[in-house]
Amino acid sequence: MEIIILILSGILFATAIYNLLQKQLLRIVIGTALLSHGAHLFILTMGKLKTGQPPILTDGVSDYTDPLPQALILTSIVISFGVTSLLLVLAYRTTQENKTDNMEQLRGKANE
Amino acid sequence: MSNLAVLPIILPLVAAIVLIFFNSKVNVSRTLTKVFSLIGLGLSGYIVWEVLKNGTIILETGDWVAPYGIVLVMDSLAAVLVMTTNVIAVACAFYAPSAGLGEKENYYFYPFFFFLITGVSGAFITGDLFNLFVFFEVLLMASYALIVLGGDKVQLRESLKYLLINLFSSMLFVTAVAFVYGAVGTVNMAQIAQRVQEADQQGILTTVGILLFFVFATKAALFPLYYWLPKSYVVPNPVISALFGALLTKVGIYSIFRVFTLIFVHRVDLTHEVFIWFAGLSMVFGIIGALSTSNIKLIIAYNIIPAIGFILLGIGVMNETAISGSVYYLVHDMIIKSALFLLVGVIAYVAGTSDLKKMGGLIHTYPLLGWLLFIAAFVLAGIPPFSGFIGKLLLLQGAFEGEHIIIILIGLLTSLLILYSVAKIFIHAFWGDKDAMGPIEKKSTKGMVAPIVFLLALSVIMGVGAEYFYPIADSIAAYLMDPQIYIDSVLKE
Repeated sequence: MEIIILILSGILFATAIYNLLQKQLLRIVIGTALLSHGAHLFILTMGKLKTGQPPILTDGVSDYTDPLPQALILTSIVISFGVTSLLLVLAYRTTQENKTDNMEQLRGKANE
Repeated sequence: MSNLAVLPIILPLVAAIVLIFFNSKVNVSRTLTKVFSLIGLGLSGYIVWEVLKNGTIILETGDWVAPYGIVLVMDSLAAVLVMTTNVIAVACAFYAPSAGLGEKENYYFYPFFFFLITGVSGAFITGDLFNLFVFFEVLLMASYALIVLGGDKVQLRESLKYLLINLFSSMLFVTAVAFVYGAVGTVNMAQIAQRVQEADQQGILTTVGILLFFVFATKAALFPLYYWLPKSYVVPNPVISALFGALLTKVGIYSIFRVFTLIFVHRVDLTHEVFIWFAGLSMVFGIIGALSTSNIKLIIAYNIIPAIGFILLGIGVMNETAISGSVYYLVHDMIIKSALFLLVGVIAYVAGTSDLKKMGGLIHTYPLLGWLLFIAAFVLAGIPPFSGFIGKLLLLQGAFEGEHIIIILIGLLTSLLILYSVAKIFIHAFWGDKDAMGPIEKKSTKGMVAPIVFLLALSVIMGVGAEYFYPIADSIAAYLMDPQIYIDSVLKE
């Protein structure tokens, strides 16, 4: 199971980077979203996937789900949610002000 | 007593929240900002004194014992850097009202200012790798808001790129933390260090270390990951540029400091040797950038990169002299970079342009500004007796002890070119006929010069009074060279 999830997160990373390297702004935004999904799945896998076990450690119980990666992911999801929404607004405003959503034309000039 | 460790995070956070309510009342905001930043400076000064006297302050948040909860570790390095951060905050707080922010001052500038300080202080203090990521995000969020404040065309364009590169490196940071967790099963820095030591830092751990280096190098703008920096630091208001230039990249280099003097120290031949080359290349490419432009703000922004190179050089050489040089240079650079950004802000304001080719003869109208820039150039380049000299001397001495001769030559040559790049501003903007720019109206620089004088005076004192500051840097270096002290103080074994 771990291997499958790792491959999945690898695919997410690859598609994310492909999208990040595009010129259209919206594709880049989607790329960042995919990137964060890949990273989050990866954290989850690092704590080992065990289905059907509670994340509690009591005396005598040796089979439990690691709660720490879940706490980390929760924090990270909230952050990337916030950044993505900011990024969308920023991309929208940039496109409106500069009248283009092509990164090639958003290079700027010397001495501004 | 251990609650002292969290106060530098709480205070700016409270200040930011209070200031949100006074957003529409500019005068109240200004006064409150000055008061809060002065309290912060006093508090951090007290913490430095306390830490140097009684040793590291450790706070286990929520009473969760060390490896399980988040720990805040206020050691001597963190304390000194938090204090420097607060010094810069004070200077910027007093500069901001006259910085020409205009109506942008009402766009929640002051709350974001304090959120930035919160994030920076937190990143310095935390003893938990994932918590470091969280504080990075806190300061980055504030910086996204500050860089785009006002929403000009250029600002929007550059902040988009700034946000994208930082988002990408943050996600890599999370991935690197996951790798660390997968490999050693903890995110507490002291425990990571302990377990890496036990595992003798085998292949996979070094790889994870390099991934972390890549993340921090992006934030710190090292070669070859600095392309995002110059333009995005130029577009916002000078006071925001000063905060960014002084604090943001330094948090990145601080993290490299922490991770590579505490955790990944067992394969110096594989990791630290490479840093020396990155340091040299950062110096060379940074200074080429600075020489290539005639925009005074860009010149200063490019000058950040060689400075980061110098600091990394000390970490790469990794002996006590070089590390103390790095610490000294780090503090020096935070102060002088903010002073220079504020200074070129004033120059661009009085000249009405930031293009060097259109300036000239300013010394007749603004003699004080000219001489301040002259001193600042000397401080930056490391002319004795100013603070840059002490830092560079220690760094190069350390490199000499480590027998890295080529890097010494690169460092010396870079210093010379740094002096030239800033002296170029002095020559083109201040020398020349009185009427070189046509009849200029003398603009008031009231309120803008005092913070710069304050910062420059500190730089001069740090150089002339090195006798008092060097022992502190030396003790920090001795402390950093022995990771066991940090591990023991956090895990209490």
